[in-house]
Amino acid sequence: MQQPKPKPEILARRAEILAGLRAILPAGAVIGDETSLRPYETDGLSAYRQPPLAVVLPEDEAQVVAAVRFCHLHGIRIIPRGAGTSLSGGALPLADAVVIGMMRMNRILEINYADRYAVVQPGVTNIAITQAVEDRNFFYAPDPSSQLACMIGGNVSMNSGGAHCLKYGVTANNLLGLRLVTIEGEILEIGGTHMDSAGYDWLGLITGSEGQLGILTQVTVRILRSPEGQRAMLAGFASNEIAGACVDAIISSGIIPVALEFMDRPAIHACEAFAHAGYPLDAEALLIIEVEGSEDEQTDMLTRIRDICAAYHPISIRVSATAEESAAIWKGRKGAFGAIGRISPDYLCMDGTIPTSQLPAVLQRMTQMSEAYGLKVANIFHAGDGNLHPLIMFDANDQDSFRKAEAFGADILRLCVEVGGCLTGEHGVGIEKRDLMSAQFSASELDQMRAVKSAFDPAWLLNPSKVFPLSEHAPA
Amino acid sequence: MAPDTEEGIAEAVRGAAGPLLVQGNGTKEAMLRPVQAAQTLSTSRLAGITLYAPNELVMSARAGTRLADVEAALAERGQQMIGEPPHIHGPDQTIGGIFATNLSGPRRVAGGAMRDHVLGVRAVNGKGEAQRFGGRVLKNVTGLDLAKFLTGSFGTLAILTEITFKVLPACEATGTIMVRGLDAEAAVRLMSAGLGSPFSVSAAAYLPAARTAYLRIEDFSASVTYRTEKLGAQLREFGVAEIIGTEDSKALWRDIRDCKPLAAGDATWRISAPPSAAPRILRALEPHGIGGFLDWGGGLIWLSGPATQAAHNAVTQAARAGGGVWWLMRAPNPLRAAVDVVPAEPPALAAIAARVRAQFDPRGILNPGRLRAA
Repeated sequence: MQQPKPKPEILARRAEILAGLRAILPAGAVIGDETSLRPYETDGLSAYRQPPLAVVLPEDEAQVVAAVRFCHLHGIRIIPRGAGTSLSGGALPLADAVVIGMMRMNRILEINYADRYAVVQPGVTNIAITQAVEDRNFFYAPDPSSQLACMIGGNVSMNSGGAHCLKYGVTANNLLGLRLVTIEGEILEIGGTHMDSAGYDWLGLITGSEGQLGILTQVTVRILRSPEGQRAMLAGFASNEIAGACVDAIISSGIIPVALEFMDRPAIHACEAFAHAGYPLDAEALLIIEVEGSEDEQTDMLTRIRDICAAYHPISIRVSATAEESAAIWKGRKGAFGAIGRISPDYLCMDGTIPTSQLPAVLQRMTQMSEAYGLKVANIFHAGDGNLHPLIMFDANDQDSFRKAEAFGADILRLCVEVGGCLTGEHGVGIEKRDLMSAQFSASELDQMRAVKSAFDPAWLLNPSKVFPLSEHAPA
Repeated sequence: MAPDTEEGIAEAVRGAAGPLLVQGNGTKEAMLRPVQAAQTLSTSRLAGITLYAPNELVMSARAGTRLADVEAALAERGQQMIGEPPHIHGPDQTIGGIFATNLSGPRRVAGGAMRDHVLGVRAVNGKGEAQRFGGRVLKNVTGLDLAKFLTGSFGTLAILTEITFKVLPACEATGTIMVRGLDAEAAVRLMSAGLGSPFSVSAAAYLPAARTAYLRIEDFSASVTYRTEKLGAQLREFGVAEIIGTEDSKALWRDIRDCKPLAAGDATWRISAPPSAAPRILRALEPHGIGGFLDWGGGLIWLSGPATQAAHNAVTQAARAGGGVWWLMRAPNPLRAAVDVVPAEPPALAAIAARVRAQFDPRGILNPGRLRAA
């Protein structure tokens, strides 16, 4: 993977830069020694590693401003970082860059139940927001798989989703306000605690901008009241086509389940071997469907869905009667990444989205590609919203295997675009999909996005080399 | 000019000698600031639904498609727009206008605004380049979300030519809980309790003139019956909960959506503020002869009153004090041209906004001055 050349004048001034940062930040907030930099050299896309020039760990917004102003003054590149769980390399450092890690800004500042919002610092984990409000039966809706570790600042930067977006939307749909430090060190207050903003939708623009426009220092999220209860069912089918048709039938019937997950045969087998969730091993495709409401409402909804499934000759069908049985059904799906990890220590998790009607055709093409590349792939799919997660298994000790896995992944994403979908549904572009952007966007469209980035960050100091293909358009 | 193709729009922009008034059928001309332009560029002839996949919950329509036509096509398949756009600008408002102004109705409080359901747009920027942002799938984080950014930008960055949006099934039944005899404080507390309940309240409004609050539940019939009864019982401390059935509920919420409860006045405003600030805002404006009603559980305040600078200042002060923002929705031209029709951007953001605008529309010809004085 190509990266921009480190600026030699910055590398040469390393000691001076560290001293400069130490002069304006508290002791312990600046990391410069090789060993301590090591944990910051990669993120959730661990195939790529690059230690940064330095790491700063601000404790408050004033320290963020000080660090950003210093970097701006000296033309130093900045890599914002939350928990480092990005699966697209969003937090991968550059050799001449300062990583600004937000993990020490981890306080919940305000919770307001009457107006249903919480104000938090960017280093608060996703799950911590829900934990802070669950005693009042509230929750924060987006639930990415990494929710125990990932931080809300990263969620906003990547516009993270989760298994329940079909009903509750993604991060962008659950935000009210932000504070953002610009590259000049100015503080922008975007939105607030009200619902609609007047004028341009800065909140929508900044959400999912992958650290290209500024550094988040505060996030105001909507919190929602939890439903009375939820319950899951599973249904196994004889083919991907049949399961896909069943998904269509459920949606067309007017029912929007809170989650609608799809697993193909390799994923079913891997998850079952790992979690012993009782998944049907003779099924080619499995649906996990979850509904919400009172006991009676759950039963009513699950009966309707069961009747729809029955028309598609399910190989097996299991409707949970209790919360424990629901948890058992989810156990396999939630452990999917770990399960694949047991079969293959290394895998790439892809993240394209397709129109749901294209699912059978796309899975068929993927099987052909899998044979051609000689690499196994398992599919987990948010079926309701078309977000695919093919897990491509490879051997990291074999450079050829890794290169093949990358090429296979790129082919899958090009296929997603070809059938009317997109490169990434919830993981972000990062460095991983940067060079595929021209498959989805024209030169004029990419230039328009770059121009917006330039309006915020004229010298391209913020998280450079991500999102956009490296080109002459980006200042070096 | 009203070209019937996107390329025609692009050509018109490239050939424009000066500022263009960008619009669909022009039904929202009285909103915000008047535009000084010698020529009008309309998307009214760029009409028609280009994609509708009910099983994928997605529709695409050219910008000039009438909202009524979109809603009729959805209703035929038992679906609806999630954001419930208000029909406050007559029968001719277009889908482009609805998204360009991000106007949402009662369901916004639970289901999100128009901007939340935009999946993709096609647009022509101020250089006359046709561009496509976003797509047609429900989850998409590829690149900067310029589809969302162009939504609600009032045609000042690019001209929307086609919008792709998420839709949802229309619910089998609608029920409303009505509680009378409430002042604004009690009404907002009741609406917060309803929206903070586990019963999926899909709208909450308060009409001060009738001293009555309304909570809506939409779902399958059995669910609506169960939840209206259960929620009504939980809200007993606020008064007797009267329950309204499906047909009457639909008529009631259509009226609220379309601002029928708003008294006639020479000017109309909207304020979006945290719900608990709404009673204070209403009280502050009463002496100025400005009154209205609450939607979005108190998070949206529709107001009407005299079209004077003093009245407008009172609205902006009350909105600011309540931590909210305002839109001047309707007023005679002299007032609209003289005041901040939406809050000014702080200097650091205004500088970025100017650079962003220059990147979309370097000649500054698209709806100049529509949002803020140039």
